Amino acid sequence: MSSVAAPTARSEARTARRERTRLLLRSPSFIIGAAVILFWVATALLGSRITPYDPVFDQTPDLSQAPSGDHWFGTDRLGRDVFSRVLAGSRDILIVAPLATLLAMIFGTTLGLITGYFRGVADDTISRIIDAVLAIPLIVMAVTVVAALGSRSTWAVTVVIAIVFAPIVARTVRAAVLGEAQLDYVEAARLRGERAPYVMFSEVLPNVMPPILVEATIRLGYAIFAVASLTFIGFGLQPPSADWAVQLTDNYNFMAEQWWTVAFPALAIASLVVALNLVSDSFQQVFER
Amino acid sequence: MIVFALGQLLPGNVGRAVLGNFATEEAVAAYNHAHGTDRSVVVQYVDWLRGAVQGDLGTSFVSDTPVWDQLGPALVNSLKLALFAFVLVVPFGILGGVFAGLRVGRPTDRAITVVGLSLAVVPELVTGLLFILIFSIWLGWLPVTAQTDPGAGIFTQVEYLALPAMALAIVLFGYIMRITRAGVVEALDADYTRTAYLKGLPHKTVIRRHVLRNALMPTIAVIATQVGYLVGGLVVIEYLFNYRGIGALVLNAAVQKDFSLLTAGVIVVGIVYLLVTLVADILFGLLNPRIRYQVGE
Repeated sequence: MSSVAAPTARSEARTARRERTRLLLRSPSFIIGAAVILFWVATALLGSRITPYDPVFDQTPDLSQAPSGDHWFGTDRLGRDVFSRVLAGSRDILIVAPLATLLAMIFGTTLGLITGYFRGVADDTISRIIDAVLAIPLIVMAVTVVAALGSRSTWAVTVVIAIVFAPIVARTVRAAVLGEAQLDYVEAARLRGERAPYVMFSEVLPNVMPPILVEATIRLGYAIFAVASLTFIGFGLQPPSADWAVQLTDNYNFMAEQWWTVAFPALAIASLVVALNLVSDSFQQVFER
Repeated sequence: MIVFALGQLLPGNVGRAVLGNFATEEAVAAYNHAHGTDRSVVVQYVDWLRGAVQGDLGTSFVSDTPVWDQLGPALVNSLKLALFAFVLVVPFGILGGVFAGLRVGRPTDRAITVVGLSLAVVPELVTGLLFILIFSIWLGWLPVTAQTDPGAGIFTQVEYLALPAMALAIVLFGYIMRITRAGVVEALDADYTRTAYLKGLPHKTVIRRHVLRNALMPTIAVIATQVGYLVGGLVVIEYLFNYRGIGALVLNAAVQKDFSLLTAGVIVVGIVYLLVTLVADILFGLLNPRIRYQVGE
């Protein structure tokens, strides 16, 4: 997996990358997953420009209509078109979840590099704190932090998920760095008199990128899981967002009469996380060959 | 081994306690010093810690009753639900994993793996809602809520808990299955399996006595780590099914900013997690005699 720091290494790495891309494109689960994700990204970008009705404000006189030719997924209690809302519902979660993942990856990778590279006291201290954080379930932790912050803004949700995920990322990165830090090229760089940050970020980091990338795709899936769950229990995104989980919170008390207001957003969430899972699973298969 | 597990996880209690104390400081603005929240952080913390060690987790800021009065019954409710979910998921997860592992690389294996993993990433609120829709509203087989009246018989309770337990079980299924599968694949490849075949043991005996016994060990470890996750799932599921368990209690405490109850709830969750990890370690040692001698590790 790790390329050797020899003159030919660069071209070898390029060949390996091309080979990986080829394998990915031949995997049906990757293609299906990527297609579904691209679809939701497209609806998120285009938003109300492609929805037949305005997802938030346009209230047709038809309240609580079952699915029909006019309203493919029916309308909700306020007369909003569920099909339009499902299309528009991907936007907020596709901003918050990747952003939270990115923050968690940056923070967690830095922590993992430090603990894995320095070992000793820094490692012991940070690793114990990480263990402590990991002993509390994500949702419980997030609810506690959001309550303590006293703010339920989109920004707070993003930061909370990043904080909760960073230790998990750090643990994965640390394990990868531990294996790498023993290798000769690291020792060579150290003997050359390079500073620790340079060795960590310029020498070690590129070589532990594959597991970090796989970790990122897995975390993104869980970030969506977390945003949806937090939103549903009232600690995440808030109305007037047309987010899927907001729609579920809005309507689940009435689903005995209006199944369509709950079923379609729920299936939308499921399709997005399953698609992400297919992609991350294909990544793992390709990288771990 | 036990000492190691405790040594690693006990500092977690301190971390949680500090977090809880930080939360208490936030509450100062909202609550008067009747609760002693205007004292210095250190005094409060020491005071609280002294109580907690003696089993007194404090008094609820909102209802002014000892938090244990609320935590105890909620914990029992949650344990019922979690146990039910485990009873559902463990046999199916292991069966699925063994089935896939014995057919490694074939389409059946791939199908089971992909489906199992996909189910594992769908949030339990989605599976829970779809279950309610299908089994309660369309088919009318099972009740929409999970909370039974006090004194309901065991069969009524099982009926009410079936849907939430299924929703929780679905998410865990993928994990347990994947780890079992990996264990089976590894054991099939191991030298001792080849030796067993070469000694002329029948296929069934090799699978049962050599492969499965070794393959199930990582599964036990993973099942234990998933308990923490399960409690997180309880928050959502208990909210969705209107069930008075520890998840709903923590959530409610957070909504009402009842930080003493919240802290106590989070700590109870942490302790449960620690206990389960401990039990798993002991079980692991019983199953695998080799580990018992490596105390110093």
